Amino acid sequence: MAGAKEIRTKIASIKSTQKITKAMQMVAASKMRKAQDRMSASRPYAEKMLQVISHLANATPEYRHSYMAVERERKRVGYIVVSSDRGLCGGLNSNLFRRLLGEVKEQRAAGVEPVFCTIGSKALGFFKRFGGDVKAQATQLGDKPHIEDLIGTVKVMLDAFESGEIDAIYVVSNEFVNTMTQRPVIRQLVPIVGDEPDNMPYHWDYIYEPDARTVLDALLTRYIESLVYQSVVENGACEQAARMVAMKAASDNAGNLIGELQLVYNKARQAAITQEISEIVSGAAAV
Amino acid sequence: MAMTIHVDIVCAEGAIHSGTATMVYATAEMGEVGIAPRHTAFISRLRPGDVRVENEHGQQEHFYVSGGMLEVQPNVVTVLADTAIRAHDLDEAAAFEAKRRAEEALAGHTAEFEYAKAQAELAEAVAQLRAIEKLRKVKGG
Repeated sequence: MAGAKEIRTKIASIKSTQKITKAMQMVAASKMRKAQDRMSASRPYAEKMLQVISHLANATPEYRHSYMAVERERKRVGYIVVSSDRGLCGGLNSNLFRRLLGEVKEQRAAGVEPVFCTIGSKALGFFKRFGGDVKAQATQLGDKPHIEDLIGTVKVMLDAFESGEIDAIYVVSNEFVNTMTQRPVIRQLVPIVGDEPDNMPYHWDYIYEPDARTVLDALLTRYIESLVYQSVVENGACEQAARMVAMKAASDNAGNLIGELQLVYNKARQAAITQEISEIVSGAAAV
Repeated sequence: MAMTIHVDIVCAEGAIHSGTATMVYATAEMGEVGIAPRHTAFISRLRPGDVRVENEHGQQEHFYVSGGMLEVQPNVVTVLADTAIRAHDLDEAAAFEAKRRAEEALAGHTAEFEYAKAQAELAEAVAQLRAIEKLRKVKGG
């Protein structure tokens, strides 16, 4: 019965693994819902800001902030790479990095050097292995990322942009399409890609306190931060969705495995019983 | 019926308040401002302090903001509140910190950072205290 005992312990261990994956799946499902709520909660802020910014840009055409200026010739570009802090979420992070690598290869072919800022420990780990010029990083943001955790990382990039060290900034993160699908996307952050100045139906302007430039500067920094924040929150929702799907697949696989092992176990047990009976019968016949 | 103005208070992490008001008070860059309905278009940075919203029934609601932007249009007031404590030095410090983390992580506290942080925290604490004091006065009176 040695074989049967081994199989039994194996079944028990797979069962406990299945319990864990099942629990993770359920936790991820509830976290995903919350992350989606956060995703929609952060939208009004950025939308309102964009409205004000485009108004300001229209109202004060003589002042163009460097973030809104026309494209410069690109020699170096910055990528803010948003990843998860934890693994076990399917191919979410590796798909993102693969997409990024393809992009970087293209840029290098065009003679553009990339620099990186990482958010989340998986991205940091990736650049440790892959090698790359990482300027700043933020990790351990948790399930509820806060904007103050991102300020530093974003500022490093914006400073580099203003000093002319880099000529464009991109955000690399996952886009939440639906629970089953997350798509890695690369979005341009700076220079701001916006609508062309539209003709206002009639002219009106704000009273500025203290003046238009200060207000516009303060707004733009916050706007960019809020965009990065949105990407981080969206990536968080993607992470939970991907984990939920991956853990569901793992639980199902564990279920199949248990079923197969149970069959093998039953057969082994039956064989042992048959053998014992035939031994007894042949023993009795010999007497 | 009294004239009212729509008020939205939003921060990056979500909406805080939305409703109508007869008067809105806020601490703008150059001093406290009161916004009545049909106020002319106005935009300003906010200092740490409280935003008071007075509704049709004469009740006041207080919201504490640690900074942000105030945008006024004749029928809408929007407060884009900061959730974080912001100051130039502190932003520098945060950037510095992010860089240091990256360097450390790829290879393996400065007094200035601590000072800037303490200063901004103090400014915020003072503003918070002021907001609380005002609240007490309102409640008491």
